[in-house]
Amino acid sequence: MKELIWLVPLLPLAGFLIVSLGKSYLSKNLSGIIASTMVLGSFLLALGIFFDISGSKEKSFTVNLFEWIATGDFKVNIAFLIDPLSAIMLLIITGVGFLIHLYSMGYMHDDEGYAKFFSYLNLFVFFMLLLVLGDNYLLMFAGWEGVGLASYLLIGFWFKNSSYNDAAKKAFIVNRIGDLGFILGIFLIYITFGSIQYSNVFSEALNLKESEPAIVAATLLLFIGAMGKSAQIPLYTWLPDAMAGPTPVSALIHAATMVTAGVYMIARSNILYSLSPETLQFVAIIGGVTAVFAASIGIFQNDIKKVLAYSTVSQLGYMFLALGVGAFTGGVFHLMTHAFFKALLFLGAGSVIHAMSGEQDIRKMGGLRKKIPVTFITFLIGTIAISGIPPFSGFFSKDEILAHAYEVSPFFWVLGVLGSMMTTFYMFRLLFVTFFGSFRGTEEQKHHLHESPKTMTIPLIVLAVLATIAGFAGIPDIMVHDGHWLESFLHPVFKGSEAFTHGHKMSHSMEWILMGATVLITVLMLLFAYTKFVKNNNVPAGDEKKQGFLPNLLANKYYVDELYNAIITKPLNALSGFTYKFMELKGVDFIVNGTGNAIVWISGVARRVQSGNTGFYIFAMVVSIIVILVINLFNK
Amino acid sequence: METLQAIPLNHYILLSAALFSIGVMGVLLRRNAIIIFMCIELMLNAVNLLMVAFSAHHGDGKGQVFVFFIMAVAAAEVAVGLSILIMIHRNTNTTDIGFLNKLKF
Amino acid sequence: MTHYVFYFLSFLAILSGLMVVFSKNPIHSVLYLVITFFAIAGHYILLNAQFLAVVHIVVYAGAIMVLFLYVLMLLNLNVSAEPVKKTWVKVAGVISGGMLLLTLVATFGKAETQPLIQKDATIGVTANLGKILFNEFALPFEISSVLLLGAMVGAIMLSKKEVNK
Repeated sequence: MKELIWLVPLLPLAGFLIVSLGKSYLSKNLSGIIASTMVLGSFLLALGIFFDISGSKEKSFTVNLFEWIATGDFKVNIAFLIDPLSAIMLLIITGVGFLIHLYSMGYMHDDEGYAKFFSYLNLFVFFMLLLVLGDNYLLMFAGWEGVGLASYLLIGFWFKNSSYNDAAKKAFIVNRIGDLGFILGIFLIYITFGSIQYSNVFSEALNLKESEPAIVAATLLLFIGAMGKSAQIPLYTWLPDAMAGPTPVSALIHAATMVTAGVYMIARSNILYSLSPETLQFVAIIGGVTAVFAASIGIFQNDIKKVLAYSTVSQLGYMFLALGVGAFTGGVFHLMTHAFFKALLFLGAGSVIHAMSGEQDIRKMGGLRKKIPVTFITFLIGTIAISGIPPFSGFFSKDEILAHAYEVSPFFWVLGVLGSMMTTFYMFRLLFVTFFGSFRGTEEQKHHLHESPKTMTIPLIVLAVLATIAGFAGIPDIMVHDGHWLESFLHPVFKGSEAFTHGHKMSHSMEWILMGATVLITVLMLLFAYTKFVKNNNVPAGDEKKQGFLPNLLANKYYVDELYNAIITKPLNALSGFTYKFMELKGVDFIVNGTGNAIVWISGVARRVQSGNTGFYIFAMVVSIIVILVINLFNK
Repeated sequence: METLQAIPLNHYILLSAALFSIGVMGVLLRRNAIIIFMCIELMLNAVNLLMVAFSAHHGDGKGQVFVFFIMAVAAAEVAVGLSILIMIHRNTNTTDIGFLNKLKF
Repeated sequence: MTHYVFYFLSFLAILSGLMVVFSKNPIHSVLYLVITFFAIAGHYILLNAQFLAVVHIVVYAGAIMVLFLYVLMLLNLNVSAEPVKKTWVKVAGVISGGMLLLTLVATFGKAETQPLIQKDATIGVTANLGKILFNEFALPFEISSVLLLGAMVGAIMLSKKEVNK
């Protein structure tokens, strides 16, 4: 099966080409079907590869396709690396990707850019697969940039709305900052190790000392790339704005797959990061702070997609916290469960928006429970999963992260639990306000309320099932001995860094206590939200009625956008205005126009030489000959 | 040949230069296209003379053969040039190059 | 003896060359040019290029200058109708010509001051020239025939009166 690996990214690319080039020839349904089939094909292949990998003893294959770049000592191949990590990522991308394609066929049905939408989605899947499959940093970077492009195209999908375009540009530009770090990191890796192929880099890295400055710098630079792509402090501001894109896009790109690229990258480079404990510490702090910070903003948001966006930022923070404390398996585990339940939540939100004819403000919803039962039940499952209530998937992955965080430092554990608390609160707030109480929308919307079509509900149900059971892939050791299937599956990838994670196993009783405490706090928060929003039937107030300093601060997202605007955008704009006025208009334009004017003037004078008088021409010729001869004479 | 030893080569060069300069002067001074043509012939002949002188000096016959070719080219040039002049005279009724001032921008 | 012949011929050539330029009547110019050509032919003989001298007279004096005469006759230009150029143009022309002469002399005049010695007196003989022409220069010779043909066709085409006009 692994010989067919090249087909996995090729199918979506073919889909992209067919759908985008044949847009005007294919019927609407057909383009959607082609695009979805391509991703389904990739998924089936990925499934085959997955079973190949788990069945065989050899856990890592490199499939060399062709030489890409060869200049001097610098050689890069288009080569795909298949190992447990990329196999898991393949399954998530193609699996969730296929479900979202299916969902989009219903959700985007009335959109005029239907075929365009599917071609972009396929393009995205192609680049994402490239990112995950590449066996060197450059190929990963190519995919990394490609998904950025697809993300830009899809955020600005409804490009007639200029604020959506601004959001797309913002995402692209903020990502550039991270990408700069990433590519500098790649340069540094090449300088240090003389290669950018994973296998060479990692085997070379093992010969180096811990905390070697080159490695610390390289990992930090790579992490800057991850900050941009995975929306961590301080580069997270683009992700909430990216919700301007169609909801399936938010689900696929800005929740399940693309934003986890940073997590994948660090998990892939786990050896480098293990060799640099300083960077790991930094990653953990950034991740933990992001988890709490974003969750706190989520509490006061009233846009259903904005809440989920901040929740995504917060959950990504969890993943980085996991990576930072050396729990690479935990990070990937949370990546997987998060892909399921967050995609589910976004698709559920999409279904709600669909039912509400485009309304996204939860204050105008309410009581939808009975109108759209399938959406409600699946959304409920997603909410329970993200809150970490056993036995749903979020519980297992979050618990693993928290346990490892506690082993490194209780501070990280406190951060994690704080984030988890707030996550529970705002998710149930969202659920209760949306689905309970009485309907607060207009009569027209009420009349129009309907359950979504089958193509939309089936993905919801599948994802709900996955969100429920995915956690059993990693049952903690204390519950079932050797129950953590994922850990043993990913062991070949992470075994190199085991020697460096100086983890001290804590006692079983301690682990039970922590687990119990977390669940208890979660359930308390659930009850708090229940009393606040269902018992007392509280509806969140409008922005203008916010009382007190803290709610105001949170509702306005800590004024981070305004802060960036003031300290980065405004000075840059002022500087650009200055250079435009003085350098461009007075300097460059002057030189350019001056050159043109001078030439016009000189030719006006010089053309009089062309009098048309043949005698004069001959005279000029003779004089020139004399001049040449004289010069020749004096040069001797 | 003994008799030629008395004449230095640079005298031929001076003669040629003089004839050539006369030709150039003629081209500059006269406005009649036919006279200008003749002056060009004069210049060609100055070159021919020098060519033959150097041929004799080096004892190489190629220089003289080259003169044949120059003659052939000159003959062709005169034939075409004079017919052009006839055309011009037929159309403008003059051979004064002062009237032929259309060769400009 | 040859001294005197050389200087006489040179004087004749330069004088009649000047007369070509300065005579008012074009017919006179042509005749002076013929004299110049004869003087040059004399130089050729002095240089032991007898065949070339003969060809020179036949082609230049015999053919080309007759052609000039014919043209002058055809166009009826025997009376000078040439407008006089402005004085400063004449001065400029004479000065330029003089400067050209000066620079030419200065550039090439010192090239060879030794007396000219003919190493081989037979190079100007017809047989010798024929060997060179038809061995080494066979291709240029053929090409020049094409050139002459082209010139002939061109001359006829140009001077033919257009019928439909």
